[in-house]
Amino acid sequence: MNYPLVTKIIETKNENNRIKTIKFENNKKITPGQFYMIWIPGVDEIPMSVSYIDKNIIGITFKKIGEATNALFNLKKGDKIGARGPYGTGFKLNGKKILFVGGGTGVAMLAPVIEEAIKKKLNLKVIIGAKTKNELFFEKRIKETGAELFISTDDGTYGTKGFTTDIAEDIIKKNHFDLILTCGPELMMKKLMDISKDIDFQASLERFMKCGFGICGQCCIGDGIRVCTEGPIFNEKTLKKIQDFGIFKRDASGKKIKF
Amino acid sequence: MIEIPTKIANLRLKNPTILASGIMDEDAGSMIRIFKSGAGAIVTKSIGLKPREGYPNPSVIELECGLLNAMGLPNPGIEEFKSEVIKLKKSKVTVIGSIFGSNSKEFTVLGTKMQDAGVNALELNMSCPHAKGYGLEIGSDQKIVEKITTNVKSSVSIPVFVKISPNLTDIPKIAQSAEKGGADAIVAINTVKAMKIDIETQRPILSNKIGGYSGKAIKPIGIRCVYEIYKKVNIPIIGVGGINTGEDAIEYMMAGASAVQIGSAIYSRDIYVFEKICKEIKNWMKTNNYKKIDELIGVANL
Repeated sequence: MNYPLVTKIIETKNENNRIKTIKFENNKKITPGQFYMIWIPGVDEIPMSVSYIDKNIIGITFKKIGEATNALFNLKKGDKIGARGPYGTGFKLNGKKILFVGGGTGVAMLAPVIEEAIKKKLNLKVIIGAKTKNELFFEKRIKETGAELFISTDDGTYGTKGFTTDIAEDIIKKNHFDLILTCGPELMMKKLMDISKDIDFQASLERFMKCGFGICGQCCIGDGIRVCTEGPIFNEKTLKKIQDFGIFKRDASGKKIKF
Repeated sequence: MIEIPTKIANLRLKNPTILASGIMDEDAGSMIRIFKSGAGAIVTKSIGLKPREGYPNPSVIELECGLLNAMGLPNPGIEEFKSEVIKLKKSKVTVIGSIFGSNSKEFTVLGTKMQDAGVNALELNMSCPHAKGYGLEIGSDQKIVEKITTNVKSSVSIPVFVKISPNLTDIPKIAQSAEKGGADAIVAINTVKAMKIDIETQRPILSNKIGGYSGKAIKPIGIRCVYEIYKKVNIPIIGVGGINTGEDAIEYMMAGASAVQIGSAIYSRDIYVFEKICKEIKNWMKTNNYKKIDELIGVANL
């Protein structure tokens, strides 16, 4: 039922000074890429992609950016949150050679699918990027999987100076890929789709959500496609038909906000 | 052959199933999609003069027998919304513009702007159960209902429907006030005022605390309201509340509804629910030897 299951936080971890992971119990099957509606009682309820998928325990990793994430950031082990889900579609690991591109907090939800790809013994390269060195996270976690990792920062304080898409352009020229999976700022993902040309492509979209189960219409894009149920992962065939992709999103009132 | 085209005032519908306000109707893309998947008409999200973000989440959740919501009338405001209506008209969607205001002047301005944008009819939201200063707070006063309806009617030429609430002691009286004001049809019912307390956290689950209940649980309430209204007014009634199947729609018609609106059932039967319900209506009519849908309207009013 689409009702939050109230649960106690069993572990928290600060990934850096603005990004935190919260873990809680879960006994439902999850595909990487799916999300939960996380209820912070008395504050808000927000969609959060899953960043850790372990047996009976899952995690979410988020950055303090507003009232809800600030409140979530301040919660401790033993505090109660509500979780309903999992919602949406997950990534589909079609192919053997896969490029992963994560920008900003988008890296969080890519981590479990990278781990799954490693388990399936697929050949993968990973690019992660952030504005600056101290906003990077999960570097160690991804390296430990054995995946080949490339890092960029906008200001050059760590890794290659520039954007993930600069690295991607170069790697795509020199290598063959069956599939590109990405999550990050929408303009980054749009640019990546342009670069990827005829390589299969899946991107995770973020829109303001209310119900999470396909009824309120808040997260609809293009010709009435519901990000919460028909997404949040879309392939290039669908993305090319969505006029909003990389152009605008809607705020809580339904007003268009340009990227 | 079994025919189910319907006419409400001068509004012709290819079938009697209409998308209820508040469900997948914030943007043209969604409304076009629902129309193409079988709805006879679309009611837009309730639109006001200015953008409104609505209430924080949780704003909608599922309970045992239905959905509980307090969205708080989120909408981008009429000026921004006009472009969505224009897109709908380009795609030849039959569209009913839902509007909400705090007084007759606001309703009149909104009604005129909606008409100018191209809607085929108006639905006056006088029944939202959880927005301070709007909806039910206006729709529970007979004089205000009549005045708003009269003023909107005199400033537009398209049909005007008034959506009324079940959260009233004398529902037919409010329907009669709308009729006196010149309404072309009554839409009944809006959601039923309700609440859910989460016992684990010991607090109401909705951020607004109180919300409106929709879905299967409220069907008997809607049927009763339509039945009572049918006896007291001479204008058509559009039945809404808990319709999931063709049989549910037929039950509403027997109570007195000329058409029906469907919302929460999109959750249980997906967006193809309109097509499915139309098919079920036709099958029922075939089995029971009915050729025209009009033959069913109000038959249970013995």
